Amino acid sequence: MTTTRRGLSLLLVAGLGLVAASCGSGDANKPAANADGPVTITVGCEPPKSNPKEREAWEADVATFHTAHPNITVQGKDAFPCINPDTFQAKLAGGTQEDLFYVYYTDVQKIIQKKQAADISQYVGSVKEVNDLRKDVMSTFKDGDKTYGLPRNNYNMGLVYNRKLFTQAGLDPANPPKTWTEVQDAAKKIAALGPGYVGFGEYSAGNTGGWHFAAELYARGGSMVSDDGKTAAFNSDEGKAVLENLKKMRWDDNSMGSKQLLQWADLMRMMGGGKLGMMIGAPDVVQSVNNDFKGKFEDYGVTAVPESDGKSSLSGGDGYMFNPKASPEKIKAGLLWLEFHELTPGKGQFDYARAKSQGRPVGLPIPDLYGTSAPGTQITALRKQYATVPVDNFTPYVDAQGNITNKLEPPKAQELYAVLDVAMSAVLTRKDADINKLLSDAESKANKILAKNT
Amino acid sequence: MSVTEERIRRPHVVGATESQPPDDHGALRRAVGRNLTAYGFLCGALICFALFSWYPMIREVVLSFQQNNFVDPGVWVGFDNFKSVIADPAFRSAWLNTAVFSGMALVIGYAVPFVLAVVLNELKHAKAYLRFVVYLPVMLPPAVAVLLFKWFYDPGNGLFNQALGVVNIPPLGWLDSTNTALISLVIVSTWMNLGTGTLIYLAALQSIPGDLYESAELDGAGLFKRVRHVTIPQTRLILLVMLLLQIVATMQVFIEPYLLTGGGPENATVTVAYLMYQYAFNFGDFGGGSALGLMLMVVLLVFSTIYLRVSREEDAR
Repeated sequence: MTTTRRGLSLLLVAGLGLVAASCGSGDANKPAANADGPVTITVGCEPPKSNPKEREAWEADVATFHTAHPNITVQGKDAFPCINPDTFQAKLAGGTQEDLFYVYYTDVQKIIQKKQAADISQYVGSVKEVNDLRKDVMSTFKDGDKTYGLPRNNYNMGLVYNRKLFTQAGLDPANPPKTWTEVQDAAKKIAALGPGYVGFGEYSAGNTGGWHFAAELYARGGSMVSDDGKTAAFNSDEGKAVLENLKKMRWDDNSMGSKQLLQWADLMRMMGGGKLGMMIGAPDVVQSVNNDFKGKFEDYGVTAVPESDGKSSLSGGDGYMFNPKASPEKIKAGLLWLEFHELTPGKGQFDYARAKSQGRPVGLPIPDLYGTSAPGTQITALRKQYATVPVDNFTPYVDAQGNITNKLEPPKAQELYAVLDVAMSAVLTRKDADINKLLSDAESKANKILAKNT
Repeated sequence: MSVTEERIRRPHVVGATESQPPDDHGALRRAVGRNLTAYGFLCGALICFALFSWYPMIREVVLSFQQNNFVDPGVWVGFDNFKSVIADPAFRSAWLNTAVFSGMALVIGYAVPFVLAVVLNELKHAKAYLRFVVYLPVMLPPAVAVLLFKWFYDPGNGLFNQALGVVNIPPLGWLDSTNTALISLVIVSTWMNLGTGTLIYLAALQSIPGDLYESAELDGAGLFKRVRHVTIPQTRLILLVMLLLQIVATMQVFIEPYLLTGGGPENATVTVAYLMYQYAFNFGDFGGGSALGLMLMVVLLVFSTIYLRVSREEDAR
């Protein structure tokens, strides 16, 4: 009996040993590649097969790039959406993170602080377009003097509206609201179109409520955190104004619909369904509504967030960072690919001639990576030349950009957004919500989060 | 003293194996040979458990005491992760919500399947059809079931408010109100899991000897007396086991708040499992998430231990 037990114990130990062996990572022990030898890089955000036109363009670009750099093989990793932040840590822990992985701006600083991306400062100088990139855009991927990635897309928040509903409600779609009072009036008229029509939609769950609170706060000139980033700064007149405005539209005007606790896809679906009049969002919302939620480009327009003239707007976008275990050869090869595919006017993502020939939308005022520098002007001209979507629908947004400064998301963005979801959901679900108390509670929680050493 | 008792009481002597007669070796070899297939199957199960249950659990315990970026070796931080999550204002809400959810799920989700099983057991006609109908929700993928209820709960045109409107009851906020959000989740959870509980109870009810009911009927017992004096005592252990399993399952509630409310409104539906997910995947703080997970595991361990004891007692009967 003792021997049998001993045998079973050995079996168990062997099994656990197998587990330990299978979970070990051998990546760190791999020898570095020869500088001139073949290099294979894995790159995230390859368009999925369900998006055949973009996939075809990507594959053509990979082939073109390989012709120019025969020693570099690009292996795309497709996924839709490009990144699921939920799986980021698991991929990193499991050793399956791409050499060039795709990130949203929201996560960049968190990744840098956690040292989960490679420092590419000593290599990034080889990318000549870097000097022309907007300083605020590049700062997203920087920590002090060090650089950890390059942008692919950049935009700031605006007000997305349904032009068709504007017309139905007797409003002028060419003259969208410039003040919150005008938004309130327009929302009331749209909501009055009938049951199910929502004048203005807003998020309040899954951290998206806090995200939009920040967007509306920035547009009013407020800040999420103090200059040193150590304390919360949203319990301010601007913060109160954000919540009071929403409370008025929700309960006094009854123009925000009865269904709340909305998350990202909810407003997209409502916008695509044609019964939502307005929402805070960037031009990429229109793209998403057109591509994935059955909307049509021509039905939507974008303008600046009301009353944001001369103030800030929450910036958003995405880009690529490098696996912290990537060898210098892979980083250099990756930078060459990014320069070709994401940053060169007329190539890769900016090959508007090809996009037009494929019947893909051209003309949205994003990405805005270069501002008014030479590549930026060139991209704007190409976009205009090959435009396939009604560019005029985005004119109010584009015209306002000259007076608006892009402002980055706060530190510990997701944690702060989670805290502010409470205030947003309270205002939208409870008529007697006490805004002062909500902001005061949120401030106290946020201060604890900001003080926490991560 | 029997031979068996003597063997049990005989102290283990180092080297005793070597002094055993050769016949014992042969017997052992034959025993191992006979059970080789069983050991093979056991080995497969052990590897599966090791990979998918034990290793993650051990890793979770380790992570809860570390600060880890999955690139550099983890840094031991003692109980810092625990202190940090306990200091989080959402921590208290999460435990309170989880306890309330479990409590309400016990009242509703535990009683309803039992009552349904009793009714189904008493039915003379359409038994098979009704069993199928009751079990149907279990066949739906949980995400589909939850999203179906999202539509039912719509405060504007949702099915539930329309039904209330028919009887002149004003519409409810359901998920949008701090007063009704948690109970709304309990209703979804109960509906999704009703079928399994009902079938288990039904199986237990059908194992009760029919002559007990006949005797009760001869003694003039009606339905309620039969349930009270025959059904409940005869299914006592199953009821207890199901109660404990229900507690363990409901305390891990995640999918309902994740898909229906995102923890809102005002953190009214943030549960421990949801907060754990927020820490690990939204905040990138696996240490904090693991610490929460470990705390939940310890609490569930208490119930699981009771469950094991009750199961053993049942086996012994």
